[in-house]
Amino acid sequence: MAALISVRDVQKRFTTRSGGSVTALDRTTLDIAEDEFVTIVGPSGCGKTTLLRLIAGIVPASSGEIVLKGSKVLRPSREIGMVFQQPILLSWRTVLDNVLFPIEMLGWPLAKYRDEAMRLIELVGLKGFESARPRELSGGMQQRVAICRALVADPQVLLMDEPFAALDAMTREELGVELLRIWSERRKTVVFITHSIPEAILLADRVLVMTARPGRVVRELKIDLPRPRRIEMEHSAEFGRYSAAVRSSITSSRMLAAAA
Amino acid sequence: MTLTRRLSEYGLALAAIAALIVLWELLCRFAKIPIWLLPAPSLIVTALGEWLHLLPAHFMATLTAVFGGFLLALAVGIPIAVMVVYSPFLRRVIFPVLVTMQSVPKVALAPLLLIWVGYGLPSNILISAIVAFFPIVINTATGLDSVEPELLDLTRSYDSSALKVFWKVRLPSALPFVLSAMKIAISLSVIGAVVGEFVGSDKGLGYLIVNASSTMNTALVFGVILVLSLLGIMCFYLIAFVEHLVASRYLYRTPVAQE
Repeated sequence: MAALISVRDVQKRFTTRSGGSVTALDRTTLDIAEDEFVTIVGPSGCGKTTLLRLIAGIVPASSGEIVLKGSKVLRPSREIGMVFQQPILLSWRTVLDNVLFPIEMLGWPLAKYRDEAMRLIELVGLKGFESARPRELSGGMQQRVAICRALVADPQVLLMDEPFAALDAMTREELGVELLRIWSERRKTVVFITHSIPEAILLADRVLVMTARPGRVVRELKIDLPRPRRIEMEHSAEFGRYSAAVRSSITSSRMLAAAA
Repeated sequence: MTLTRRLSEYGLALAAIAALIVLWELLCRFAKIPIWLLPAPSLIVTALGEWLHLLPAHFMATLTAVFGGFLLALAVGIPIAVMVVYSPFLRRVIFPVLVTMQSVPKVALAPLLLIWVGYGLPSNILISAIVAFFPIVINTATGLDSVEPELLDLTRSYDSSALKVFWKVRLPSALPFVLSAMKIAISLSVIGAVVGEFVGSDKGLGYLIVNASSTMNTALVFGVILVLSLLGIMCFYLIAFVEHLVASRYLYRTPVAQE
C-alpha cells in the first residue's frame, strides 16, 4: 500500500535564546499508510509534538521533506485535523459553533456543514448539548467536542497530541474506545501521541517508540491484536508481550543516551 | 444568596450607616462644633437644597468630562494594545515607555495640560483620559495575549488570515479583560475629571467644591462630595452592569484586572 504520509529524512533544529542549536527531531524517516492508526510513545521532549507540527505544515522542517497524499507539505493542508491535550474550545461559543469553527476559519459555507456538525456531535454522544457552552461540560465532553471540530471539515488525517492525557483514567479509557469506534466509522488516518504505553498499544495498528535528545524513532512495533479492540485485551498475554517490548525499547534507549 | 438574606445583610450595613449619621448629628449639636469645621448632616442637606438648581449643570459637566476621558482612553488604549501585541518591535519600544510613564503621578500633569490645551472641558477630558489609559492598555494587551498557543496552532492549521484570527479568536478572548479594565478605568476617570476641575474650570462638581471651600461653605463642600460619590458609584455600576450582561451571555469567568 502506498503511504499517505511520508516523512523523509526530516530534521528540525531550533535556535535557543542563548544562540545555541537544539535538535528537536533528528533525521526521521517513516511512512504512514492510508486509514492506519499509528501511535507514538516516548518521553517528554523527544520531538513527538514537533513531528506532528511538521506533518501539519505549521512549522517548516530544517531539512528533509514530508509528503502528504503525493505532494510535498509546504503549508497547512485541508487534509489535516488536529486535537491537542487541552480541548482549547472557544468559551464564548456554543458546542455547535465550536464544531463549526474550522468551517468559519476556512471561509466555507456554514449552512452546508451544519448537518455534518450535528451528525458528529451525535456520533460522540453529545446529542442535546449543541447549544451548551464549554464551561457547562466535563473535561471528557469538551475533548469530544474538540474531536468533532477536528473532523468537521472531513480531513483525511487526524493528528492527536496526547488528547486524553489531561483526563482521569476512567474517562481516558472510555474515550480511547470511542475514538476507535469513530475511526472505524469514518475511516481516517490517525497519528496519535501518548505517554501511556497501554493506550498506545490498545489503539494502534502500529506503535512508534521515540527517544529524546535528539528526538528520533528507535522502534516500530506492529500490533496484531484483533479489532474491534476492547479494554479487557489489556489483560491478555499478547498485550503483555507488546507492552514489555515497548517498555524495554524505551529503557534501553534511555540507557544508551545516558551512556553517551 | 436568597433575597431575604441579602436584604438582611444590606439592612445591617444601612443600619450602621444610619447610626453613624445620627451620632454625627448629635455630636455637632451638643458638642457645639463650629459649622465651618464640621457641619451637621441636616445642614449639609439644607446647603444642597439651596444649591439644587445649580447642581444639574455641574453634574452634567463632570459627567461629560468623565465619559469623554473614559471613551478617549478606550479609543486610544485599545489600538495601542493591539499594536503592542502584534508587533514585537513596538512591544519593545512602547512597553518600557508605558511603564516609565505609569510611574509618573498622572494627576500632577493637570497644570501642564492647562497650559497646553487651555482652560475648561478639553483639559478635564484629557487628564481623565490619561489617568484611565494605562489599565486599559495593559489589560487589553494581556487579554489579547491570553490565547493558548495550541489555539493559535489550530488557526494556523487552517491557514487563517491574521485578521480573521484577530476578530474570531483574539478579540473575543480579550473582551473579559477589557471589560474588567473598564471598571477600573471609569473610577480613575472620575478622579481625573475632578482633579481637572480643581485646577482650571468654571464648571463641574470639582469646581463647585473648590469654590465652596474658598468661601468656607463647608456644608456645601460635604454636599457636593456626596453628589460626586453618587456619580462615581453610578458610573462604576453602569460599567459593571455592561460587564455582567456580556459575561452572562458568554458564560466566562471575570478575570481580575491589573491596576
